[in-house]
Amino acid sequence: MTDAAVHPSVPETTDEVVLYAKGLKKKYGHVTAIADADFQLCANEVLAVIGDNGAGKSSLIKAITGALAPDEGTVFLKGQRVHFKNPLDARLAGIETVYQELAVCPELDIAANMFLGRERRRPGWRGGLLRGLDKAAMRKEAADHMEELGIRVQSITQRVETLSGGQRQAVAVARAAAWATNVVIMDEPTAALGVRETGQVLDLILRVKARGLPVVLISHSMPEVFQVADRIHIHRLGRREAVVDPAMASMRDVVAVMTGALAGSELPSALKAGPGS
Amino acid sequence: MTDPKGSVDRLRGFLTTQVAGPLAALLVAIVVFSATTDTFLNPANFSLMLQQSVVIGTLAIGQTLIILTAGIDLANGAIMVLGTIVIAQFALDGNIVLGLMLGMLACAAAGALNGMIVAKWKLPPFIVTLGTLTVLTATARLMTDSQSLPVERGLLTVMGQGFSVAGFTVSWGVVTWLALTAGFAYALGRTAWGTHVYAVGDSPNAAKLNGIKVDRVLFSVYVVAGLVYAVGAWLAMGRTPIADPSAYQTANLDSITAVVIGGTSLFGGRGGVVGTLIGTLIVVVLQNGLTQAGINSLYQQIATGALVVVAVLVDQIIRRKDR
Repeated sequence: MTDAAVHPSVPETTDEVVLYAKGLKKKYGHVTAIADADFQLCANEVLAVIGDNGAGKSSLIKAITGALAPDEGTVFLKGQRVHFKNPLDARLAGIETVYQELAVCPELDIAANMFLGRERRRPGWRGGLLRGLDKAAMRKEAADHMEELGIRVQSITQRVETLSGGQRQAVAVARAAAWATNVVIMDEPTAALGVRETGQVLDLILRVKARGLPVVLISHSMPEVFQVADRIHIHRLGRREAVVDPAMASMRDVVAVMTGALAGSELPSALKAGPGS
Repeated sequence: MTDPKGSVDRLRGFLTTQVAGPLAALLVAIVVFSATTDTFLNPANFSLMLQQSVVIGTLAIGQTLIILTAGIDLANGAIMVLGTIVIAQFALDGNIVLGLMLGMLACAAAGALNGMIVAKWKLPPFIVTLGTLTVLTATARLMTDSQSLPVERGLLTVMGQGFSVAGFTVSWGVVTWLALTAGFAYALGRTAWGTHVYAVGDSPNAAKLNGIKVDRVLFSVYVVAGLVYAVGAWLAMGRTPIADPSAYQTANLDSITAVVIGGTSLFGGRGGVVGTLIGTLIVVVLQNGLTQAGINSLYQQIATGALVVVAVLVDQIIRRKDR
């Protein structure tokens, strides 16, 4: 199935669109996880993906990043069709994910966590023959990345265990922002955090965007989404029901679409944002 | 070289987290026994204590690697004994070098078996190594009809020989043990593999999410530990020049004792081989010192056992405080 033939003017080729998916489907026996879902992320935006529990937000993101193989559908990154076989493929293509569980190692220091799985070796025989790590360079770079996002810690050699939950997630966000070249995906990054720490992470999301990286924020917290999102992708029953503009739509509108009280097609067009609406 | 702040940090990290507690305990024990007995503080006694440490100390290095991944190895003594039997049998046939190489291979294979079951099939290391302990012990006895083999051959017992510096005798076994400790301190602290070993023991999920192949790291740890046990087998023949299939039956628990007293956490991800070296020395110094002081050897066991509980308690308190 060639997508371009069916949709001669699909917008995946425009410069504005960073990540684009069309007609994604995934079934487990009789259970439909993704039902003909579309997805579009533009440059310089925070796109919130919101939906009820079981609406299939996570399945959608997994299908896009290779954690799950869709039965049908196509994914484009910057206009190029991509086939991610696993999340590592997506990472190599510059798509980094921040998970809701804190994916940091408490016993390792901040620098080691930032470079975990991507350690840098020393130049020359000490890195070659002796496989020695260039700790000084990794620490310096890690500190630079933390500073760039305005994350303050006592020392880059502090063990992550000594940090608060919000700071730990900040390390994970800094790590994602440091390695991502195209997209940062955040899968309910505040789910394990308190109110103040949630605020810190939301600030970070805006700073990541300001650095020029588009962010996909998966969430089911309405206030959080309205605070940081440029557009809201509302997912319902395995498909994209609507994309709305948070400046125009109210939380009530979004909840109505989320719960099925209002169909996406019944939304006033002034509330909508972008294709798929 | 580097900025002074970095080295201060490093020094502080060394003092606060790693080996400060065990080191202080070791120094206190040495001072107390030196003050209370006439025979403890002399070069001959110190070199004796080092020689008494090498076999358990070497096993404890492999044990440390496995405990760092939140595992445990009950089979390490049995693997080492199997190594001595294989080495001795082939050496008796006339080829010592071949014997040593095959002993290495046997120990690595035994480690690989444990590693494969733990990493691929996700079975608990305690049960897996309890099983291989029994199997390997029986295998070693079957190989020799439960008899001991003599190993009075130059290269086989070379680890028991050594050199003398100012009345202080150092065996090649001690040198090997210290070199292994230094090598693994480097591998754990300064290479990506070491970082991954800590990460896998600390939070396998986080390690996996960061693209670390957790089962490959686990497997490598068990194989490397097997090779360390093979070195232990060579050192053991330097200590006692026979290969006895019934020897070292409590070596597994003794090595765990040394690791735990050395400050490595049984929950994984925290600790290291330098702590284990100190933990090994603490056990030997306690035994030796209490003997010199004329105290019943059963009290030595009570002291060692109490120390294990204290070490685990300290680890627990550190964890509760930080999390």
